[in-house]
Amino acid sequence: MCGNEALAEAAILAGCDAYFGYPITPQNEISAYLAHRMPAEGRVFIQSESELAAINMVFGAAATGKRAMTSSSSPGISLMQEGMSYLAGAELPAVVVNVMRGGPGLGNISPAQGDYFQATRGGGHGDYKTIVLGPASVQEMADCMLLAFDLADQYRITVEILADGLLGQMMEPLTLAPRPHRPLPAKDWALTGHAGGKQNIIRSLWLGEGALEEHNKKLQAKYRRIEENEVRCEEYRLDGAEVVVVAYGIVARIARAAVDQGRQEGIPVGLIRPITLWPFPSRQIGRAADTFPVVLTAEMSSGQMLEDVKLAVAGKAPVLFYGRMGGGIPSADELLGQIRELTLSKKQV
Amino acid sequence: MMLYEELVIAGFGGQGIVLAGKLLAQTAMRAGLEVTYMPSYGAEVRGGTANCMVIVSDKPIACPVVCTPNALVICNKASLSKFAPRLKPGGVLIFNRSLIQSVSSVPDGVEVLGVPAEEIAIESGSPKCANMVMLGAYLGKRAHLSPEQAAASLPEILAERHHKTIPMNAAALRRGADFVLCHA
Repeated sequence: MCGNEALAEAAILAGCDAYFGYPITPQNEISAYLAHRMPAEGRVFIQSESELAAINMVFGAAATGKRAMTSSSSPGISLMQEGMSYLAGAELPAVVVNVMRGGPGLGNISPAQGDYFQATRGGGHGDYKTIVLGPASVQEMADCMLLAFDLADQYRITVEILADGLLGQMMEPLTLAPRPHRPLPAKDWALTGHAGGKQNIIRSLWLGEGALEEHNKKLQAKYRRIEENEVRCEEYRLDGAEVVVVAYGIVARIARAAVDQGRQEGIPVGLIRPITLWPFPSRQIGRAADTFPVVLTAEMSSGQMLEDVKLAVAGKAPVLFYGRMGGGIPSADELLGQIRELTLSKKQV
Repeated sequence: MMLYEELVIAGFGGQGIVLAGKLLAQTAMRAGLEVTYMPSYGAEVRGGTANCMVIVSDKPIACPVVCTPNALVICNKASLSKFAPRLKPGGVLIFNRSLIQSVSSVPDGVEVLGVPAEEIAIESGSPKCANMVMLGAYLGKRAHLSPEQAAASLPEILAERHHKTIPMNAAALRRGADFVLCHA
């Protein structure tokens, strides 16, 4: 199974009730797969007329308390930002999958990580956050999907899965099994149309004096809770490391190969891989910076996660950067070259 | 014995490059090996260049991107000049002799093997199964998986409407391997 299909089947396992999407490479396998699987399960699949329509259909379905999702790639996700801001304002649980491609603009169809800022900073207008998961394998494409709906329901928030074209297209063996649900709050806020029940209102418009500020305070308190409880990251071969690479998604896979090779050559190098990009594992990286002299951030962008790494390190260690852009994929040898240079320059100091 | 094989299969769209790669990946998975498969994707459905990267190992695979392959299966001339210089010393280059007359710019210490893939494919029943001949030749050369194991995975890789071609594809895999065993 390719990463896109693994994610799609995991959506079925996660109990996704409705999928809405508009085609774009390199994520079309998701909609192609769900186009036959969702109706076969008696669930909703709609190929919408546009990305705007798709995200607003997600809004509508989520408002009824159903599990709803959409998927797209970079330019399509840009088109959805208005809807994502509304989802945040209305506190609706939803899952959005971004299989990133090269940008800006229509860019190309090669893998990239240039949408990190858009995903982790909210993307649309207003003070809001979405939980952002960065899978690094076909297995994790499925695992993140299974986790995403639970997180979305627990916090009434949009969860964005931030993958890239390579993860979407590559195939690897994986094990698919439903995960035990975490205990989730009842959706007593949903619009279920029952006569005589309590009236529910889903909205993002708060015109009353001070009402929107109160609403924002509530949202921010929720975001702090998420930051407290939902950080996930993987630490790899940090024992005695003098250089720590920070990378996410497919770049973390490539970095892992570079770390293994470096260790074979006797270079003390390790890896920290954020799995949640928001909330960001600042504490883990900050702790590492206390002990390790040099941090190298690697991305398929001009340096976006780099800013979060620098904030986490807070000046305690030099943070260097290696990136490729516009669909360029760094090789393990390239990264290893950077690591070797760092070790060398450190010895000279 | 440690197994870590990085293979690139390349040719033009329509030659069944991606199918051959998927079949190898599926076969390796069925054999309990670790495997990653990465296709070139997008516009290259027919006529453009197509390639895929398959890594087969007995240990977990960190990086799925192949930069310096130790095996190449090359089905057209354009792919030869693109990938041949990247081969690791000690690697093997298997090329489609029906479409490529001569091979140059191959790094030192690389074993080069020409396979008359189209001719063998026609003998097997259709020129369309030249991809299976090439994959069979590769499996004959690198003995970690057999053409019979690959043939057994065909039903999982081919769309059901193509299942009637399984015997022909299985024969092409075998003949490709036999060619290498007779000529190596």
